[in-house]
Parts: sequence; structure tokens; C-alpha cells
Amino acid sequence: MSRSTDVRGLVRATRHAFALGALVACATVGAAPADATQYPGVGRPATPAEIKAWDIDVRPDFQGLPPGSGSVADGQKIWDGKCAMCHGDFGDSNEVFTPLAGGTTQEDIKAGRVASLRNPEQVRTTLMKVSTVSTLWDYIRRAMPWNAPKSLSTNDVYAVLAYLLNLGAIVPDDYVLSDRNIADVQQKMPNRNGMMRMPGLWDVHGTPDVANVACMHDCPVRGAVISSLPGAARGSHGDLADQNRTYGPVRGQGVPTVAAAAKPGDGAGGNDAKMTALADRSGCLVCHGLTSKIVGPGYSDVAAKYHGDPAAQARLEAKVKAGGAGAWGAVPMPAQTQLSDADVHALVQWILGSTN
Amino acid sequence: MMRPPPRPARITRAPENFLSAADIRDVQAGRRGFLAQAFAAAVALGGATAVRAAAGTATGTAAGDPAILELPPWSTTLGHPVAARPYGQPSVHEKNLVRRESPGLTRVNAASVSFAPLQGLFGIITPSGLHFERHHQGWQDIDPTRHRLMVEGLVRTPTVYTMEDLMRLPSVSRIHFIECGANSGMEWANVAVPTVQYTHGMLSCSEFTGVPLSLLLDQCGLDRKRGRYVLAEGADGASLTRTIAMDRALDDVLVAYGQNGEMLRPENGYPLRLVVPGVQGVSSVKWLRRLKVGDQPFNTREETIHYVDLMKDGMLRQYTSIQECKSVITSPSGGQVIVDQGFLNVTGLAWSGRGKVKRVDVSFDGGRNWKTARLETPVLSKALTRFNIDWVWNGQPAILQSRAMDETGYVQPRMMQLREVRGTRSIYHNNAIQSWQVTAAGDVNNVQVD
Repeated sequence: MSRSTDVRGLVRATRHAFALGALVACATVGAAPADATQYPGVGRPATPAEIKAWDIDVRPDFQGLPPGSGSVADGQKIWDGKCAMCHGDFGDSNEVFTPLAGGTTQEDIKAGRVASLRNPEQVRTTLMKVSTVSTLWDYIRRAMPWNAPKSLSTNDVYAVLAYLLNLGAIVPDDYVLSDRNIADVQQKMPNRNGMMRMPGLWDVHGTPDVANVACMHDCPVRGAVISSLPGAARGSHGDLADQNRTYGPVRGQGVPTVAAAAKPGDGAGGNDAKMTALADRSGCLVCHGLTSKIVGPGYSDVAAKYHGDPAAQARLEAKVKAGGAGAWGAVPMPAQTQLSDADVHALVQWILGSTN
Repeated sequence: MMRPPPRPARITRAPENFLSAADIRDVQAGRRGFLAQAFAAAVALGGATAVRAAAGTATGTAAGDPAILELPPWSTTLGHPVAARPYGQPSVHEKNLVRRESPGLTRVNAASVSFAPLQGLFGIITPSGLHFERHHQGWQDIDPTRHRLMVEGLVRTPTVYTMEDLMRLPSVSRIHFIECGANSGMEWANVAVPTVQYTHGMLSCSEFTGVPLSLLLDQCGLDRKRGRYVLAEGADGASLTRTIAMDRALDDVLVAYGQNGEMLRPENGYPLRLVVPGVQGVSSVKWLRRLKVGDQPFNTREETIHYVDLMKDGMLRQYTSIQECKSVITSPSGGQVIVDQGFLNVTGLAWSGRGKVKRVDVSFDGGRNWKTARLETPVLSKALTRFNIDWVWNGQPAILQSRAMDETGYVQPRMMQLREVRGTRSIYHNNAIQSWQVTAAGDVNNVQVD
């Protein structure tokens, strides 16, 4: 039997197995595959278990919301371990992502409109913008935690959401959020009345909201420059000469870039491609730069801080494995349980720039 | 994962092709006498002069151009064999034109954007490797044998398709642009970034191949009475979701696996993505795993927290899908230097989420007077259209603008017109006329005019 026959046999067998299952599925919906005569053999009915596995969306009317519950207190525990490193202890961190909580008031909760959205200086938080609590449930379940999406249990999602809502003073400290009371919470969402539709930008044949005319001569504009890039920002995007062809009728402007200030510890770690790759693969470089602070300290800063400290290797290995906080600021570092001891040892050695 | 540290300023080196070794030594030693002679008309200081000096159209010797007089190695040696690079790569001399992040725009580069280098591209097709990227939770390289598409909800038969199934169905190939709703979003209130790569580079155009979404919905037995919306969902960590109105879903939406003659690139949704022509890019869900038909919008995170436009009165506009008619001159453009006076082809891109581009006008005086540019073929619906116009630059300051009109008669607005209606904080759907200021020195700068 040739290899291709094997493959065809396997495909046929798989189809057959699904077809048997599909008979049951079809019986429940009372239909055979539509247009089967037009594209015979293409696609197969989904089984109820398959639909259940993937149909995870939750709508504003709570269609799709699974039963369950979680308390603010339980949510805080999960938050501290899995959410705070990016969002801060109180959901107000602006270091990794835009803040989740803040900018809403009890008046907003009553009115369903967030007044601070009118303030140009206000950082727009998630709780200021979101109109439906279903959106938060749906998103936490499908995409959080950021580095391990879909890992929270149903009750965990309720708990984390309860804590987040508590941070916005939408539910009290002793609240237990569940499928039975989430509709009540919807009536307290601060921006529940803050959304509008603009059919002109949604309908296929919608009408635009801005109309210009194609004037050709002596058009009534001043044409004066009202905004240009400040001199200080000219180097912000690197040397533009390196972002254009080096030949041809136009070139990139040679722009002086911001020179990297030499810091103690520069050169530690950074040059070892294999170790950089391990750090990248292990998720370390999401929060740490080789020579710059991102969320956590840059590795060259770590090397400088512990230079000459013989106990640092063991202490930092333990800290990587167990997590820690306080040494470099308020944002905690989560426990890196996915790493082997050997990798932790090698990474810390590399970070400290040690060779023995 | 991390951004390279900023580098110190570099002196642009003279290209050997145009200058003899002795000339290069002169330039490096600061002796530019012969160049100064050749560019006696140059009045500028700084960047423009340096670039122009380095460009060196000077012939170098009385006998003629060394690029002609001295045979180069590629004329006198054996070249590389076939298939030396089984998947071809651009010339080493083109390494400057790559996707780039905008420093400071985002803090985590797995939830970020890279911009296409529009300043150096030709025609209307974006090379697949330069297609802009926007990922919400990093990109994945999905095993196509394990990828499935499920169509469910208000259909008679919820159906699972493998890649094999989808590639057996009748396919269509269409050229469409994809533009992020936030393209030009940094410039609502003021100029913020230097080049067209960063002002307009969340824009790309490809030939996509796949199956019309309407075919799949029909095959599954779409409930045409109750089914008014389609939810599209990705298979990546974010499992990003967007609601698409049924009239649009049945219009020209593709479930695509091909891009520019090959499979989609992983960064662009391999092996399967939705392509929703004319609509902000977030709706063209990548790594597509599920389509669900429903009777109401789903109000997803990408519809209530992001991709909502903040108006002056504090209201948020939802579901502002259509990318309205827009254009930009890509060369000469911000951050560039025009090397010399004389004839220069001015070129750019125009597009509309409502159909075909009908006309593009170009102004050289900040919008007071306009001339109609040439549209290059093909001119396709909801695709980038290339325009060109002749220009003789005489060394005088100028402000270049382009203004597109689509087949509905809509004319691309001025920045001030947009601000009157939408304020300066809406982030999304900035389709304003772009202005590039040309100084007497030939420097081209990003500006806004009234």
C-alpha cells in the first residue's frame, strides 16, 4: 500500500467516524448538511462536544455565560498571583498596559455615563470605557492571564472579575459575583449609557459624517503650518537615513539619535545569543530588557546591583523560582515555575555576567 | 523581544559606486571641495547637505564616471548558482526597508504594531514579508493539519472544516487593502511621528485567495431570517473576536488562506484569516477558527474598550468599521531629503473602503491650488491605487498634499474638518489629507496646515 493510499484511508476512516457521530448530532437539530449535493464531501457536522469546547463567547444578554460564582476576596488572591504583575495590585498600573480601574465615580455609576471621558487629560481606563460587564467576563476567560490564556476556571473568572469590579467600587468588598446576579451588576456599569452607533461608518452604504469639496484653484485655506515635529523628537524614531534607500532621488534625513548612556554593568549577559534566546523563550524578556527597564529592571542593572556579592547567585535563583517584590519597585515578579532548575541557574549566572 | 538600544549618530557613508577611493578619503577627511563645486547651489546646512554630498552625482574625474570606466566585480566574475537561496531574499542593499515599531507607542511588543515601509514601496502590492503587523497577544505559527474552522450558531448544520476541505472549495482571488483603524491615529491632535512609515504604515495591500464567506454560510444553512450578525474568532491566545454585519458578511468577505501567490504568512494569520474588504483591519480576524451567526452584536472587547472612537462630548462611537477614502504621498515624504533640483516623480497611494478611487489631486502649495494626478492601473475596489504626478522642484519651499475622491463622490477631508466633527481624541479613522513640507534645503518634514 502506498503512503498516499494510507493517508486517504485515514481521512476516510476519520470522516466515517465523524459521520456516525454526526447522525446523532443531526438528529438533535433535525437536519442533514445543507447543499450536500453541491459540494459533496466538504466539511462535516460539528459534534455537540466540539461546539461546547469552542463556543466560549458571552453576549451582552449573557447568552453563553456558564453558571458559577466567585468572591472579591478569592479574586484578590488570584489577582495577586496572576494579574498584578502586569496590571498592578489595584488594577491601576500604567507600566505594561493601560490602567484597568480608576477615573469612575459613584455619580457615574448612577448615571451610566463616565464624566471623566470629557476630560482630555484623563487616562482612559477599561472601566471608564466598557459598557457591558459581559465583555469583561468574555475577555478574561478567553485571553487572560496574558501569558497563559484560557487557564482560569469558570469560578476563577467570576472571582477575578468580582475583584476588578470592586477596584472600581462597582461592587462591595464582600460581594460574590455569579451568573444569578451579574445582570444586576450590568445596571451599575459606569459607562453603560456611554456608547453610540454611527451608521454612516458601519452600514455598507452609510453616509459619511465629514464632507469636503474638491476645490481646484485659489481654495479658501490658509495653508500655514500649525504643527510640526519638535526638534527634540526628531531622533525619536532612530536614524532616518537607515530607513530609506541609500541611493535614488530621495534619501532619509540623517537624524542624530539619542545616544545610549553607558551604565555600570553594560555588557553583562547581553552578548550570548544562546542565553538571550533562552531568556526570550522563557518569557523573561517580556518584562526585562538586557540593558533597560521594561516592567522589571534591566539585566545590566541587576548585574551592577549585585556585583561582587557571592551570595547573589543562590538568592536570585530562589527568587526567580518563588517570585518576589519590593527590590525594584512595586510591581511584583511572578514565580517562574515553568523553568527547570538548570535553566534558572544558567539564566541567573548569565544575568549576573558571571563565568563560573 | 526587546527593542535594540538606541545607537549613536552615524555619518552617512559615500556609496563607492559614485566616488573613487580617493574621493571617499577626501570626504572622510572633511575635504569636500569638489563636491561643494558640484553643488554650488546648495544653500542648506546640516542633514540635507550631508546627504546630498554623499549622494555625489559628480563624475569624479574628467575622463568620466568610474562606474562606467572601471568594470565592477559583477561584470568580471562568476555569479551565484540557482537555488543558492531556495526562498529568495531582497538584495542586501535593500535592508533599510523593513517593518519597524514606533518607539514608545506600546510597552509590550507582543501587543504591538509594526509599520510597513511605504516610503520605499512601488505599485499597489505590499510584499508579504513587509505587510504591517498588529498582534494583540503575539503571533503563532499554526500547524495547518491541526487547524479547524467551525461555523455555528444560527445555521441549520454547525459544520467543521479542515484546511483540506476549504482548499477543495471553489476559490477566488482578490486584491484588497487592509488598514488598521488606528492608522494615522497618533496624529489627531498634532504631528507626532517623522515618516510615512509611522504616519500611514498600518496599511498594506495583497492579493488574497480563499472561499467567499457567503458560500460557507450558505453551505451550513444560514438562518437568513434571524441571523443578522457574524462573530469571527481567532485561534491565537487572544482569540480575538469581532462582530460583522450580515449584509457585509454576504457581500465580499473572504475566508482566505492565500496571500500574494503563497500561503498567508504566520504574522498575517497562517493558515486561515478573514478578509473584510474596506473595513478596519481588526475585523479581518487572523488565525480564524470560528464563525458564529447570531441575532445581535456581540459587544466584544475589541468593540467596547478598543476600536471605539471618543467624541468631544465623551460618548464612544462603536462599530465604526469603514475605512473612508484616504491618500498619501509616499515619496517624497516625511524624513526624506530631495537630493537635487529638477524633475521628480511624485508618487503615492489612494484607497477607499467604499469602492474604487475615482481621482487624486495633488497640491504643492499647502492646499490652495491642485492638479489631478495620474492613476496607474489596476484601479480596483477596496484596493490600494497608485498615483503619480510630474514635478519640477526648483529649490523653493513647498507643501505637498494629496486628496483622493472615491466613486461615491466622497472627497478626503482636511485635518481641520475632521477635528470639527470628531475632536482630537478619537484615535481611530483619521483619513485626513497629509501635508509634507519641503524646505529650500530639500528636507521633507511632516507638518499639519490649516
